[in-house]
Amino acid sequence: MFGFPGGALLPFYDTLPQYSQIRHILTRHEQGAAHAADGYARATGKVGVCMATSGPGATNLVTGIANAYLDSVPMIALTGQVARHFIGKDAFQEIDITGITLPITKHSYVAMDAPSLAATFKEAFYIARSGRPGPVLIDLPKDVMTDQAEFVYPEKLDLPGYKVPRQGHPTQLKNAAKLINEAKQPLIVAGRGVIISGASEELKELAEKAQIPVITTLLGIGCFPGGHILNYGMAGMHGTGYANKALENCDLLIAIGMRFDDRITGKVSAFAPKAKIIHIDLDPAEIGKNVPANVPIVGDVGAVLQAMQKLIETNRHIDWIQQLEEWRKQHPLLDIHDSEGLLPQYIIHELYEATQGDAIVVTGVGQHQMWAAQHYTFHEPGSFISSGGLGTMGFGLPAAMGAKVGRPDKAVWLVDGDGSLQMTIQELATLVQDNIAVKMAILNNGFLGMVRQWQDLFYKKNYVATPISCPDFIKVADAYRISGLTVTKREEVSPAIEQAMAHDGPFLINFMIEPEENVYPMVPPGAANIEFIEQPKKEVSSWRRQSIR
Amino acid sequence: MATTKHTLVAIVNDKPGVLNRMVSLFRRRNFNIDSIAVGHSEVPHLSRVTVIVNGTTAMVEQVRKQLDKLIDVVKIFDITGEKLTGRELALIKVKATSATRSEILEIADIFRANIVDVASDTLTIEITGDEDKIDSMFKLLHGFGIREIARTGRVAMVRGSLGVMRRVEKPLKTRVRKQS
Repeated sequence: MFGFPGGALLPFYDTLPQYSQIRHILTRHEQGAAHAADGYARATGKVGVCMATSGPGATNLVTGIANAYLDSVPMIALTGQVARHFIGKDAFQEIDITGITLPITKHSYVAMDAPSLAATFKEAFYIARSGRPGPVLIDLPKDVMTDQAEFVYPEKLDLPGYKVPRQGHPTQLKNAAKLINEAKQPLIVAGRGVIISGASEELKELAEKAQIPVITTLLGIGCFPGGHILNYGMAGMHGTGYANKALENCDLLIAIGMRFDDRITGKVSAFAPKAKIIHIDLDPAEIGKNVPANVPIVGDVGAVLQAMQKLIETNRHIDWIQQLEEWRKQHPLLDIHDSEGLLPQYIIHELYEATQGDAIVVTGVGQHQMWAAQHYTFHEPGSFISSGGLGTMGFGLPAAMGAKVGRPDKAVWLVDGDGSLQMTIQELATLVQDNIAVKMAILNNGFLGMVRQWQDLFYKKNYVATPISCPDFIKVADAYRISGLTVTKREEVSPAIEQAMAHDGPFLINFMIEPEENVYPMVPPGAANIEFIEQPKKEVSSWRRQSIR
Repeated sequence: MATTKHTLVAIVNDKPGVLNRMVSLFRRRNFNIDSIAVGHSEVPHLSRVTVIVNGTTAMVEQVRKQLDKLIDVVKIFDITGEKLTGRELALIKVKATSATRSEILEIADIFRANIVDVASDTLTIEITGDEDKIDSMFKLLHGFGIREIARTGRVAMVRGSLGVMRRVEKPLKTRVRKQS
């Protein structure tokens, strides 16, 4: 668990040493604790736990809880609260944290008496991890922690209002299979629901059996192998041109474990205009919320895909796949312009080459996030960890920390921007104190790059409040006793990455990248996906990444 | 799409904060509640909430599904369009002089309303019925001068022998996409 103590939590911390099986990591800010728990949960599939004291400690968790809520991450947030007789009296460090977090938690508790604590914790963990996962908050008044009660751990949970759908409706499954068998140009769009359900294998079997091309959402990256012949990358705002063309032209869209976020639909009325839609999701409230479905299937993605597999016929769709291959050639993602400067796409590519895709890549939010999503090839579910729904700058460093704690066997690379990093940079100290060997690649362009890109494209290059000064990150790292180096040239990239990988402990590389490099393709906000803008052609370069197959 | 009044009936855990969770969700999803009525249900520790909300069928279905996800909401149904018994209670305090008193009593009689309090210059009338009935009575009494009015909001029940706890949820509706 990741936490930060304070007055209202002292009784808890006082007893913590008696439980040697619990590893507590002291972060430098409560937001870091929440994101670390989030990163831990995404890397392991287990529930992440963060804790903070009452008042400001609790409010500092809020961004992290919201982030976990929007990305359906299982998390328990424990907050200290003032003693029961002080509640409602505006006591020192008293804040109504359950009230504040009401719209961003799956459920919450104020533990008002000691005897029910065991049941509360059991319920909270069950709710956090089951069904569509999400954060659950438990507010613990100080005097409840010091109270005494007999420990009664309930055998069964009593949650009559909590439903977890499993199997899809048989009629809808049949309807869906019929559409799939008849479709000429089917397309699968897979989201994080596939990863949560652990259904990557089922997805692969289905796609291969019927030869259906697969595109993913941002958070779906990794749920289908990156190098697979049927993988056409990420769709949406910064999706590949060919994925967006596939969306435009498919006659059947099979949406699996995704929620039609506006970053993937673009202009909703022009989304997949020729397609019938099969929507498979665990959460009935997602069906028809943003995009109506012709065939809604509510159920666990894995269970639904298994059942579906039996109903669909082996198929080929040769013309359709040839068409997609044609588009892949016409709109290569990886054409990037020639430049003396250091290109971020190149760095990400080198990072992939060096790690052979065998790493967990965690990002902050911004341009670097999109470059990482586009140019690294992710082979496994859980290998890409990023803040999707909330788009939380500063998520990267603490989440990478959590991921490394959860998966010490794996190399964990943080790809971050100079803006994002500065929001939670204090967690460098945590890396050192707890010896968490996160490798950090900072794509430093001296701008809040994604905002600058919007100003560049849609606000006549009016760069207001986006040039951002940075400290010398290497000196900062050094001050925290972390090794690092600055890279300014292309030929230094690979050796620097090798050095970071060979280094025992955390390591920071400060890549001084081309300051005004943009992320392409890009669907302008409010436009249809098919209206994507590509890298201006005149600048297309000789350097091209070999396609990874 | 046309908006209509929908009647949602929810069976919820009788715990502190449950109503807060429900109402907060309406606000969060940008819905306006016409009325909300809460009371005990036939099952101990469960309350019954009747919400009247104005919106399109699709919008109300979305908010119903969101409410259904709340852990403390045990069951929730949109019973709009079914054969309902819907009732509201209102207390109306109306000015009454010796000249108008008998006329007011006559109106109350027509509406089968009860006089629950008499003061020197007012009468307090209790009326039960659907919203239209209460609105009409309100209009008729308006001319006499209304001092105060308190309405409970509608409670509703589906006709027939089946209790709400025994109802089975309907499968999701398929909606046809508009093809451009």
